[in-house]
Amino acid sequence: MAIDRKTVEKVAKLARLQLTPEELDRYGGQLGAILDYIAKLEKLDVSGLEPLAQAVDTHNVFRADEPRPCLSRDAALQNAPEKAGDFFIVPKIIE
Amino acid sequence: MTDAVSIRQDILSKKTTATRVAERFLSRLAAIDPKVRAFLSVNKDAALAAAKKVDEKIARGEKTGLLAGIPVAVKDNLCTTDAPTTCGSKILENYRAPYDATVVRRLREEDAVIVGKTNLDEFAMGSSTENSAFFTSRNPWNLQCVPGGSSGGSAAAVAAGMAPIALGSDTGGSIRQPAALTGTVGFKPTYGRVSRYGLVAYGSSLDQVGPFGRSVRDAALVTQAISGHDPMDSTSVDQPVPDFQQLERDVKGLRLGVPKEYFGAGLDPEIRASVESAIAALTAKGAVRVDVSLPMTEFGIAAYYIVAPCEASSNLARYDGAHYGHRSKEYGDVIEMMSKSRKEGFGPEVTRRIILGTFALSSGYYEAYYNRALKVRRRIKQDFDKAFESCDVIVGPTSPTPAFPVGAKAGDPLSMYLCDVYTVATNLAGLPGISIPCGLTSAGLPIGLQLQGRVLDDLGVLKAARCFERELSLSLPWPSLT
Repeated sequence: MAIDRKTVEKVAKLARLQLTPEELDRYGGQLGAILDYIAKLEKLDVSGLEPLAQAVDTHNVFRADEPRPCLSRDAALQNAPEKAGDFFIVPKIIE
Repeated sequence: MTDAVSIRQDILSKKTTATRVAERFLSRLAAIDPKVRAFLSVNKDAALAAAKKVDEKIARGEKTGLLAGIPVAVKDNLCTTDAPTTCGSKILENYRAPYDATVVRRLREEDAVIVGKTNLDEFAMGSSTENSAFFTSRNPWNLQCVPGGSSGGSAAAVAAGMAPIALGSDTGGSIRQPAALTGTVGFKPTYGRVSRYGLVAYGSSLDQVGPFGRSVRDAALVTQAISGHDPMDSTSVDQPVPDFQQLERDVKGLRLGVPKEYFGAGLDPEIRASVESAIAALTAKGAVRVDVSLPMTEFGIAAYYIVAPCEASSNLARYDGAHYGHRSKEYGDVIEMMSKSRKEGFGPEVTRRIILGTFALSSGYYEAYYNRALKVRRRIKQDFDKAFESCDVIVGPTSPTPAFPVGAKAGDPLSMYLCDVYTVATNLAGLPGISIPCGLTSAGLPIGLQLQGRVLDDLGVLKAARCFERELSLSLPWPSLT
């Protein structure tokens, strides 16, 4: 089951990946092959089973809401592709 | 070349110095790595400076750490402030982490000597290092073959004697499979036993950091140094860390669970024979063979390739070209900036998994794929719970095949995914798992034997692995590097 170009295009847009038409078709074909394999899960009766998102018991971890030392502004900005003063620079978002 | 435990003893007893040890490994690295290509970066000056500090501590009579003077290679998805952290990706090619991963901090606190950062499949997605954006590492046993992956650089570095120990990460087999393919010991501790803080996230409910070594003892030593609760990782387990160096136990009474599903179609006959004979050797010494069943084995890969890509698609959303990492040269609006930066920065396998995960989580498909996979994950865990009612550890092959030639599986993503058929369920269930060398094929390639244990029974797994190591008294030669 190849996944059609329109579906892959929608998914690529959601994932913020700018793909060419050839890439959409290639990934669509590969996605289809992988989903065909994954379809074997449909053979299993999973009724009455709770989904398992974390295998080892986890619990909420709380701490006091107090300021603590953290990454400095300079350290946080050190890898920014573009910055000005204390800010990351990106194209204008609001007209 | 010697193992980490002996190196430490020799340094502490002043038979040698940390500096001499570092120089010896760095010079071997310089001679061999052009062939093996295990390292993405080597930091000679930092390594020698760290070694010098250890020597000064010893000269002053100060207490030294567990890993005093031991050279360590670190997988390049673990953050280090004094070296790049690329994750084998163009998108992080020039990234410099502003903090050390907790495991890296612990290595430093224990006086280890970090020699460099090792190659990996991009963002730890793959089983061969062929998905690295930079180059493919080679298997020291046969340079035409892959070392396995994703922690292939760390495995190759240890196998070739360029570092006695290394750190890797394991999301679906990424420590154990390359360990098997390179004749090294690779241990994935229980999920949460080791902090993930500063491990670049791939599948957060599956990822775990662990060691490579040339003996179970060395793997246990590193595990001791890196384990324990970390307030910076809320999923790290808040439990006391056992003494992992008390490894010797009687083989008598050790119950070995042998799942028939691990010995079915697709398993290389030489691997089957080698693992079977190792089990027989232990039962001859008093271990008890228990036939168990893990009926979900054949569904592990399918469940994993929903769960892991879903988590990856969310985790990798952070690479947006705005805060760090690659930004495209030309773009109009902010959406285009992100979409072009991501497209240019991610390689094909990462792109494929982001698409797969985004698809499986998208409206209309969530129930059918993601939620169903999580229910199957519950079944997989129940399988293990049942098996562990009658055995102490589960024994089988680590990988269905020995190392394969570079390029052999490159065109077919699914065939690469099937490399992990015996290892993914360990992560889905959060269990500790280890691969130890078990022999060589007729072509001279290493065979790995895998042991899996109960959640938090890391010590039990290491002890059982030590039993195999002791009873098999396997002494692999050094790889020929041809």
